Formats: sequence, structure tokens, C-alpha cells
Amino acid sequence: MTAITFHQTGSLTVGNRLLPPEQRTVQSTGTRTNALTCGHRACQGCGEALGARFVLDAAMRATGGQLVVVNATGCLEVFSTPYPESAWRIPWIHSLFGNAPAVASGVAAALRVRGRTDIRVLGQGGDGGTVDIGFGALSGMFERDDDVLFVCYDNEAYMNTGVQRSGATPPAARTATTQAVGPDPGNVFGQGKSAPLIAMAHEIPYVATATVADPHDLERKVARAMEFHGARYLHVLVPCPLGWGSATADTIRVARLAVQCGLFPLLEAERGQIVAVTPLRRAPVPVEEYLRIQKRYAHLFSPHMRTDVIDRIQALADRTIARFGLRSTGEA
Amino acid sequence: MFQIRIHGRGGQGVVTAAELLSAAAFASGRYAQAFPSFGSERTGAPVVSYCRLSDAPIRLREPVMHPDAIIVQDSTLLLQVDVFAGLTPDGTVLVNSRLTRAALHLERLAPDRVVILPATQLALTHAGRPLPNAALLGGFAAQTGLLSLDSVTRAIRDRFRGGVADGNVAAATDAYHRVLSRAKEQVDA
Amino acid sequence: MLRQIEGSQAVAETVARCRPQVICAYPISPQTHIVEGLSRLVKAGELAGCEFVNVESEFAAMSVAIGAVAAGARTYTATASQGLLFMAEALYNASGLGLPIVMTVANRAIGAPINIWNDHSDAMSQRDSGWIQLYAESNQDAVDLHVQAFRLAEELSVPVMVCMDGFVLTHAYERVDVPTRQQVDAYLPPFTPRQQLDPDAPLTIGAMVGPEAFTEVRYLAHQVQRQALRRIPELAAEFETVFGRSAGGNVRPYRLADAQTVVVALGSVLGTLKDTVDEMRDDGIRVGALGLTTFRPFPAEALREALAPAPRVVVLERAFSVGTGGIVSADLDTALTGLPQRRYTVVAGLGGRPVTKASLRAVIEAALADELAPMTFLDLHQSTVEALP
Repeated sequence: MTAITFHQTGSLTVGNRLLPPEQRTVQSTGTRTNALTCGHRACQGCGEALGARFVLDAAMRATGGQLVVVNATGCLEVFSTPYPESAWRIPWIHSLFGNAPAVASGVAAALRVRGRTDIRVLGQGGDGGTVDIGFGALSGMFERDDDVLFVCYDNEAYMNTGVQRSGATPPAARTATTQAVGPDPGNVFGQGKSAPLIAMAHEIPYVATATVADPHDLERKVARAMEFHGARYLHVLVPCPLGWGSATADTIRVARLAVQCGLFPLLEAERGQIVAVTPLRRAPVPVEEYLRIQKRYAHLFSPHMRTDVIDRIQALADRTIARFGLRSTGEA
Repeated sequence: MFQIRIHGRGGQGVVTAAELLSAAAFASGRYAQAFPSFGSERTGAPVVSYCRLSDAPIRLREPVMHPDAIIVQDSTLLLQVDVFAGLTPDGTVLVNSRLTRAALHLERLAPDRVVILPATQLALTHAGRPLPNAALLGGFAAQTGLLSLDSVTRAIRDRFRGGVADGNVAAATDAYHRVLSRAKEQVDA
Repeated sequence: MLRQIEGSQAVAETVARCRPQVICAYPISPQTHIVEGLSRLVKAGELAGCEFVNVESEFAAMSVAIGAVAAGARTYTATASQGLLFMAEALYNASGLGLPIVMTVANRAIGAPINIWNDHSDAMSQRDSGWIQLYAESNQDAVDLHVQAFRLAEELSVPVMVCMDGFVLTHAYERVDVPTRQQVDAYLPPFTPRQQLDPDAPLTIGAMVGPEAFTEVRYLAHQVQRQALRRIPELAAEFETVFGRSAGGNVRPYRLADAQTVVVALGSVLGTLKDTVDEMRDDGIRVGALGLTTFRPFPAEALREALAPAPRVVVLERAFSVGTGGIVSADLDTALTGLPQRRYTVVAGLGGRPVTKASLRAVIEAALADELAPMTFLDLHQSTVEALP
């Protein structure tokens, strides 16, 4: 009897059901925690709700269910806890906008002193709460190497308050405070603010980037992070259909394109050194394909093509690909 | 209540001097309050500290404006600051210096109110560091009779350890006996 | 145990005996000696079962405290002035979440202009934050109030700030009976949180509350503070049986019987005030003083009862609401509504200017002669006013 080879095993098309159980995603199992359960008020197609569910269910499995979560103010917190209801099935605290890393440090200190280091701590927030207003607290937590995994769900603007620009908003993107008007529509071309690189500069045990387009990769990085003790950082790209102006059914596709065009590198680092990158499996997708399906970049295509701007964004992508060595070998 | 004001410069242990005074008083069963005049801490700048001694609990919190005794840890302040402001008519003065009363322009104060003590020298000799406060404490105890040498010694040993404590106790003891013997000379004369 | 000790150090040793589990603080004058003392105890291994977290700002300090107490640890921090303001958002958060944090505030003026010296501006600026505020008259008082604060906070699930005058108390060496561990253990049981973050019993802390329930949450917080007014004297009485001395309580009357003028004050100035009262009484002048230990919640009924017989009340303020007037006076006026008496506000000792017996006596005499203006600044230097641009 010849063995039947399933060529699509493990591919995203077929999904998990042909994989051996130990290789399947947490999300595909019926025994997952469902830490963020249904009934919350997130928008249709919300990348953050998806990302949070992936991350927390993976974290719950990795920690045997011994997890406490600290959440910054933002979309995730607002849509998940409209009193008297809560979509959280795990111990969860929301304090303020700028202090989630510090509150998480406090939880970790209390658990340590109570002899409960078996219980792990995860802090989470959006890009605003992580990269801007919570930045001091994040850096303090890193510097002390507190035993916290901090997860940033990056949708590249202050979405909950109406899509205003944050330190993570990419160049040329339209937001309510970087409008698509005038000679330089959209956000400025600055140096950017790479939270993963800054986390690496703190030489913490583990830093990784991921997106909602690849749940295997995301879950693996969560589990990997939980193998370490000390400060860890995970930066997850989570498209926001409302703020990005993308179709609600396109959330995963947009995230995948961000990776495939080279703008969002997938990497892992330990103590400030990159230990792994996910190479692009094919030639990089032109950034235009990524930008075109998001209305926050509509002004780059209409009324005229702003090739000058698109070229600058392409140059950014090219530089990122070169910098992190994202071209797989053998490609021209 | 007996009120003391100590003048010196930042870094000379003016605040410690007041604290030690209060500790010595406590060691002899009295109530005492010591506090600095709170300025930005800066080495070399004029600093003032206060100490109150009493047999009853001390509630007053204002700076000492009518001192019964003044201690001057740095005689250069005599030219800069009115260190004697508010001194009571019978109030005493203890100055850290090697100069004479005349050279310090202190003639207007009656000789039995003034003691000039080379406290920095004593400190260097016994403790190896030019911090005059322990010696001045010993001198003050002898000058006023308010504190015993034993209570001064105990206060110093509570605060410092090992060689530093020994040196400070030696300086204080030496100062105490010098001042005591000088007072006897005055009385005899 | 009787000690001749610096106020800050006495507080540090007392807090250590209250078995804190997490201490997190950011240094600011004049609180530094307290946190230095505690960090030394922790580092030397003399404070078992305690984590000292060196945080990067005061906002972080209160935030770490929030996380720690929510996860079931008895938590302490300390700050002053600018630091208290920097954590203002977190103060409201802690009280709103019902977290029993105890914090020392080493009262100091708020800039600009920058000023590191003592007045009550800092704590007073946060009087609406939902924290209980206790004001210490002496270092003995400060020490005793901290012990009672942990009891009060944990029993009611409300955060408590113990205010002690910066420099004047923190940096003063005086005789203090520092509680022993046995005494504190006899008074303060282990922390049993009303709720905590626990994987075995998950709950959501910090939900979003809309218009349909927010008022009720605040109303309930107010009721809890009213309850504190009743509990504070009871906890003080219990303290006396364990420690053998009177401490705490909401208000402290001093020689009020037949007083023609009563001066109301908070904090260390009460010491100087009592000496002034005694001297004036020795001269046959009938004056008294009323110390306010609890400022929040405001003990309106106790004050009304104590002050009703007095023809004149002078409120000695150590802070000031720019554009209107006294802060304590405003609360007191409400409490004393309808009483036929003259009331005066005296703003004293802002930015660390000493409040002297002589000045207090002059003000009281002016009040007695009905020559005092409704609001005055004690010892205002007119020449400086004219010299400033």
C-alpha cells in the first residue's frame, strides 16, 4: 500500500486538520481557553480582537492556564468590558492608558513575593499605549527585567478615539490628525519608532514580531516567549479595517501583504541579537499592492498617482528587506 | 527649654552636630528636637541647624530665634552671617577656631560667655578628618554643663562605628577636658 | 521602643513592621530618607517577604502599586509635591478600583516656582481623588497613623495617604516610641484582599462603566468614606489598648472649654499652636485649638459639635486655592453653616515659611479684637510684593 502524500499538508490552504495534533494551532483545538470569548463589541474584521484571542489562548496553553493579564486603555479594553459584562475568561485588570507595563510589573512583584512564580504575567496594549504614552513604563519594565511578556497590538494609530496619529503611524498614512490634504498629505516621513528594535536595545531575553496572518508563527512565538523569564516583548501587526480603510474581510490578507512587501519584518531576537528572521518565500510584493487596498493611502492613487511617495515607501521596504536579510537565498 | 543654634558650612556635619546633641540629651533622659534650616544641600554654603532640649515634650516647631547657646563650626561665617542674632543676654557662644577672641573680633561678648576651641585640629588629631562636630559637642557639654561626657560618648557610639567612633569619642573627650579646665582657670582667676 | 530618631527613619521602620510585601517608590525631596531607609532594610534582608521595586517615575510607582495590591500583596509607596501630581491619574484609578494602598506624602509646595519646602498644597490638590487623607502632628503621630492606615485601608478597601510635613517632620530628630513587631502584629492582621487576580477564580477588574451606573459607583465610594469617619475613632481606641497611647481619631480638641477664639489647623503647626495657646491662657486669654487629623473624609459633624460654642474660629491654612481662598475654610464653612460665629482664614507658611509663635499670637489677638480681615496671609512681606515684577 503506497502512502498518500498530502502536498498541501501544513499549508494555510488546507489548515490544521491534516496535521498531527501536536502541530495544530491552539485555535484549532476544541479545548482552547477562549480567553477572549464571544459577545464583545469589536468591529467586524477587527485585527486586534483576532490577535488577542490568538495570543492569549496560546499563552494559556503555554502556562497551563496560570496567567494574569494586564490591559492598557484602548479598543481591546473598551470593547471587551462594557459593565456589567466582560468577555474575559481569565484574570484581567485594566488600570490606565500609560501604565500597563508598570501595573504588570507590580503584579509580577506581588506574585513573586507570594511565592507564586508559577503564575505568569502578560501585559498588553495598542501601539498608542505601548509606543507613546506607555513608553516610559515599558522601558522601566525592560530595564528592571521584570518577569512580564508585553504584547503590543499595533494597528498604527489611536483607533479607539477616532483614528489619530500615533508614534507608530507609518509615513503617508491618513489619520484624523494627519489628514490627506495639502502638498504632503498624510503622515510625515520621519525616522519611525521601532518598538521591537528599542526592546532589543534593552537586551531583554526575547523580542519577536508577528502578524495575525500567520497564527502558527504567532502562537509559536508566544509559546517561545513563555519559555523565558524576565522581560519579553511581542509586537503584533493587527490591521484595523475602520482606521486603515480596508475591507473587513481583508484583515488577514492586508497583514500578509505587509509582510510580503517587506514593510513588516518577522523576526526573533534574544538579548539584543537577532536569532531568526522569516525570509520572504517569493520575490517581494511591490508596496503598491499593499497600499492600494487601504483607503488610508487612497490619496496616493487619486486624483493623481503620487509615484514620488509610493517610491519612498518602496525604498523603506527595500531597506527593511536588506537590513534584516529577508530575501531567501537564490533570489535575484 | 534650652535652645541651641549651630552655624557652619555644608559638608561640615552641622546637621549631624544637632542630631548628636539631641541624641546625647536623649541618652540623659531628656526630650530633644533637632532639625536643619532646610536649604538646598550644597557643600560650602552656609548652613544652620537647631536643637531644643527640655524636660517636657517639645511641641514648638519654629526655627530657634532666641538661642541660649550658639555653636559656630566655621569661623569664616562670623564675617558673612549674623550668627549671634537673637542670642539671649546670658547666652553662650562656642566657636571652632585657633584664633583669639580679639582676632575674631568677639570682644563685645564677655569672656565667660565665649569659648574658642580648635575643634578642627582636635578632629584631625584624633579622627584624621577635619569634621569638628564631635569635638564641639564635647566642648559644648563642658561649657554649659547641660550634658555629661558620658551621654556625649554614647550618642557618638550610637551614630558611628569602629575607628570613626573611637576617633570622634577621643576628640570629644579631649575637647571636653580642655574646656572644663579652662573654665576652672577662669573661676580661679 | 523609645528612640531619638529622624522622622523619616521612624516611619520607615514602622512601615517595615507592618509587613509590606511590595514597596515601590521614586525619590523626591523630602521623602527620600523614607524610601532609602526601607530599601536598606530590604537589601540587608531585614524585611523578609518584601520586594522593593525601583521605578522610573511616580506615575510608575503608583501603577506598580496598583498591580501589586490587585495581585494580593500589601503595598506601600511614598511621594511629595510634583511626584503626587505626576501620579494624579493613578490616584483616582486606585481609589476607583478600591485598592488599599498606603502612601506617605511628605507635604511640600507645588511649583512653579519650584520650591522644595513644606506646605500642604500637594495633598490638598488631590482632596477629591477618593483617597483618605490623614495629617500627622508630630513624628510619633506619623508613625502611629501609618499603622492605623493599613488597618483602615484594608478593612474598607480604600487607599489612604498619611501626610507628614516635609522637612519639618521628615527631617526632624525627636523622641519617638517606635512600635515593635509584636505590637503591630497584635493590631494589624495579614492582608486578605476583597478581590484579587487569581487564575483559580478569574475576574475582570477595571471594566468600562457608562452613564447608567457611574453615579452609583461614586455614590457608593462616598458611603464608604462616611463609614471611615465612624471607623477611624474605633480603630484609634483599639490602637490605644494595644500600644498604650492615644493616636488617630478625626479631630483633636485642645483647651476648647470657654475659648473665645479657636484656631483650626492641620499638621506640625499644631505643635507651635499649642505652645501659643498655653502662653496666652497663662496670660488669661481664653483661646483654644482644634487639630484636624482626618481631612478626607471631612469630619463635618465632629467639627460642628466642637466648634459650635466658639464665637470666633480662625482657620490656619497651609495651602491656598488661587483665585478664591482657603481650602479647609471652604469645607469648614459648609460644616458650620448657620452658626452665629465669626470665621477667619489665615494662609500661613506657604513654601516653607516658618509659622512662628509670635505671628500666631498676633493673629489670634487680632481676631479677639475683631480686627482681623476675613482672609489674610500671615507675615506677608509687603516689600517683596512691591519688589516683584
